[in-house]
Amino acid sequence: MYTTRERRAITGAGGFTLAFIVLFAGVATGMLLLHAQDRVGGTLFDAYLLRITRFTLLQAGLSTLLSVLLAVPVARALARRRAFAGRSWIIRLSALPLGLPALVAALGIVEVWGRRGVVNELLAAMGLANPVSVYGLAGILIAHVFFNLPLAVRLLLAGLERIPAEYWLTSANLGMRSGAVFRLIEWPVMRGLLPGVAGLIFMLCATSFTIVLTLGGGPAATTIEVAIYQALRFDFDAPRAVILSALQILLTGTLLLVLRMLGTPAEEAPTTGRAIRRFDGARARVTDGLTIGAFTAFTAAPLLAVVGSGLAADLPRLAADPLLHRALITSLLISLASATLCLVIAIPTVAIAPASENRPQTPLRLLAGGLQAASSLILLVPPVVVATGWFLTLRGLGGPARFAPFVVVVINALMALPFVVRVLAPAYRTHVARTGRLSVSLGVTAWNRIRWIDLPALRRPLMTAFAFAMALSLGDLSAVAIFGADGIVTLPWLLYSRMGSYRTADAAGIALLLGIVCLLLTLPSTTSEKATKKHDA
Amino acid sequence: MRRTTLIALMLFAATSATLPALAAEKTLSIYTYESFVTEWGPGAKVAAEFEKTCDCKVEWVGVADGVELLTRLKLEGEGTKADIVLGLDTNLVAEAKATGLFTPHQLSPEALTVPGNFADDTFLPYDYGHFAVVYDTETLKNPPKSLKDLVEGDPNEKIVIEDPRTSTPGLGLLLWVKSVYGDKAADAWTKLKDRVLTVTPGWSEAYGLFTKGEAPMVLSYTTSPAYHMVAEDTERYQAAAFSEGHYVQIEVGGMTKTSHDPELARKFLAFMTGPDFQSIIPETNWMMPVAATKEPLPAAFDKLVKPEHTFLYSADEVAANRKAWIDEWLAAMSAK
Repeated sequence: MYTTRERRAITGAGGFTLAFIVLFAGVATGMLLLHAQDRVGGTLFDAYLLRITRFTLLQAGLSTLLSVLLAVPVARALARRRAFAGRSWIIRLSALPLGLPALVAALGIVEVWGRRGVVNELLAAMGLANPVSVYGLAGILIAHVFFNLPLAVRLLLAGLERIPAEYWLTSANLGMRSGAVFRLIEWPVMRGLLPGVAGLIFMLCATSFTIVLTLGGGPAATTIEVAIYQALRFDFDAPRAVILSALQILLTGTLLLVLRMLGTPAEEAPTTGRAIRRFDGARARVTDGLTIGAFTAFTAAPLLAVVGSGLAADLPRLAADPLLHRALITSLLISLASATLCLVIAIPTVAIAPASENRPQTPLRLLAGGLQAASSLILLVPPVVVATGWFLTLRGLGGPARFAPFVVVVINALMALPFVVRVLAPAYRTHVARTGRLSVSLGVTAWNRIRWIDLPALRRPLMTAFAFAMALSLGDLSAVAIFGADGIVTLPWLLYSRMGSYRTADAAGIALLLGIVCLLLTLPSTTSEKATKKHDA
Repeated sequence: MRRTTLIALMLFAATSATLPALAAEKTLSIYTYESFVTEWGPGAKVAAEFEKTCDCKVEWVGVADGVELLTRLKLEGEGTKADIVLGLDTNLVAEAKATGLFTPHQLSPEALTVPGNFADDTFLPYDYGHFAVVYDTETLKNPPKSLKDLVEGDPNEKIVIEDPRTSTPGLGLLLWVKSVYGDKAADAWTKLKDRVLTVTPGWSEAYGLFTKGEAPMVLSYTTSPAYHMVAEDTERYQAAAFSEGHYVQIEVGGMTKTSHDPELARKFLAFMTGPDFQSIIPETNWMMPVAATKEPLPAAFDKLVKPEHTFLYSADEVAANRKAWIDEWLAAMSAK
């Protein structure tokens, strides 16, 4: 589906990208190990490590299972109900939790589910004495589902919306019931996507730190990521940090591999590109309404709590604060740059997959596999390890301060890569299956193909991916934390700084601003949805 | 096109922010924790006062917290630009000295009032605060009067504490309990466990949960109520005085071996324990001064808990036992 020249270009770009990812993480880790003194002492694999490893896998496994299981009915309902007031707003909400620093999300969740939260107040009003306790495994699961359910819904929904309109027409003609539609049409598509979605969510939950500690109720709830942080920051034991990171990558990598074997990508089918009309689901109106309503309430409630606290802040004074302006601009620039870089890295990663299919045992296939693995597993390399490593590396090159913004941008771009690949890859696969042969046979290749065939068709996934990458970078603190001293003040940094000096109200105001910026970022990706609809009509 | 412009802008912003300031005069580079140099922190005032006396320019570098400060120094090694490091606490002193990056201050300031009789040839104290359980007077009518009360009290009245693996207040409480209970510390933690609502990674998360009303108590400082009284004009949040005594956190500063102007650095350390610097501390850093201030402390500070007894382990003791004590804490707190 590519010409030889195109394949060569993609292979070149892919090789370059893989080298970049591996080198960026590798150089940092290498420098960290080189710089390390001898191990501080103490055994590495002790009962403690065993216990936190078990807990890491348990909570991440349960969080993933819950997020994915709940996402299936929600995505189905949203795919069936294609036009109702507020639908695009519900979809917009899905990138929002990612843009919030974990502390903000945790406090939002506490306002809903906490001891003085809305849920417990309601239960108390209904005469139930025993409050729901959010502190413990339950709280961790609620928080992780809050972060990841919307993400899973969005990814699955995108898959369902790629199903050719002809399928729905045919299924209606055949009089297929909801069960048959699910089994024959929806499930094959979802099954192809689920391993990728589940893998991503598992990685996010396995590396969770602030949420797990804050809502975990005690040190029985500790993840490997906490131990890595502790090793690097409190014990000054770099080798331990690196070995723990390797353990984290090994465990999760194995799991991702197993997941990949479970899922086979759905067969792609051609379409004439007619507008999607759903004829099924008249019966499911009520259950769909309830499903969507419950999903929206669950996701929106903590966000509303964040908005509520934010509005209580002294907003006019905040709005006039020059430091806030600086932080806003810095945050926007960093997230714009990192989202752009992320797309640049993601495109060869995504494009190489169709090129390598049906070519067993070739170096190309190996490269494609390598890229796929690297673009996923990079999420498991703790930013604190990479940032520390680069700090050491840059020390020799005229001071880390000069390079700090670039390192932060690259770290953020790589963190967003797994998200972006999961948004783009399935869309691109469908697109190539539908247009690839035709383009080649018509001789529309290289730049012409990108300009006239690929970009128009992939505009929406590209925009969505960009919005995700930006939101993720906006809410990130980990990369900035190491380099923050060198004059980079971002919104999350400022938020934590206010929070750390009793200015809780200011922090809430900044969180509100972060949320608004994130929401604005998602507008382009959902406005283009409207444009497509108009085009369809 | 627009994107290119933005990237260009970003490059510009990045370079202009990091160009070294054109130095016409002597400069003194001070590394500290971030909240010291925020707009309401002591940083700007301290710099202004010192610059009046020294014909020099103070340059601040603010990292996240005290622990990060030491990490930063270790990463930079002898290439560090720091002349002064301000904001380590006594628990980090042994580790900091072991880096070999510091040099003795050779000063002997008089009339320092530091609880626990802390004195060191390399680091000078500049402020201190006692750890304390801060409680909400609206929801807790009978606050604990001792650590024993806290440990053995009603498990339905919860407290939020910080994790000793990731935060200094968390380590402070661990050392406090160890000071009072000694060998019985594990038993105390097992009892206290039921009262602990959750253990947060840092002070901010804990205090956030507390002010949201999730728990009536939080581990903080005796000086926390002063902030609420002065800045928010409320006496709602108070610190509980514990009859056994309180563990203290002493913040210290020291000069680096590699300082390009040791005379100036030493001058700053002397200034640090003088009245100009000390007068700035209480209402900007919300900690207690270690020496005389120009004017009496604000009224709010008179209302604060004044511990009758102070606990403090030496830096070496902490360095030698930290891991074992944290393991003990972990075992007690993780048990079902």
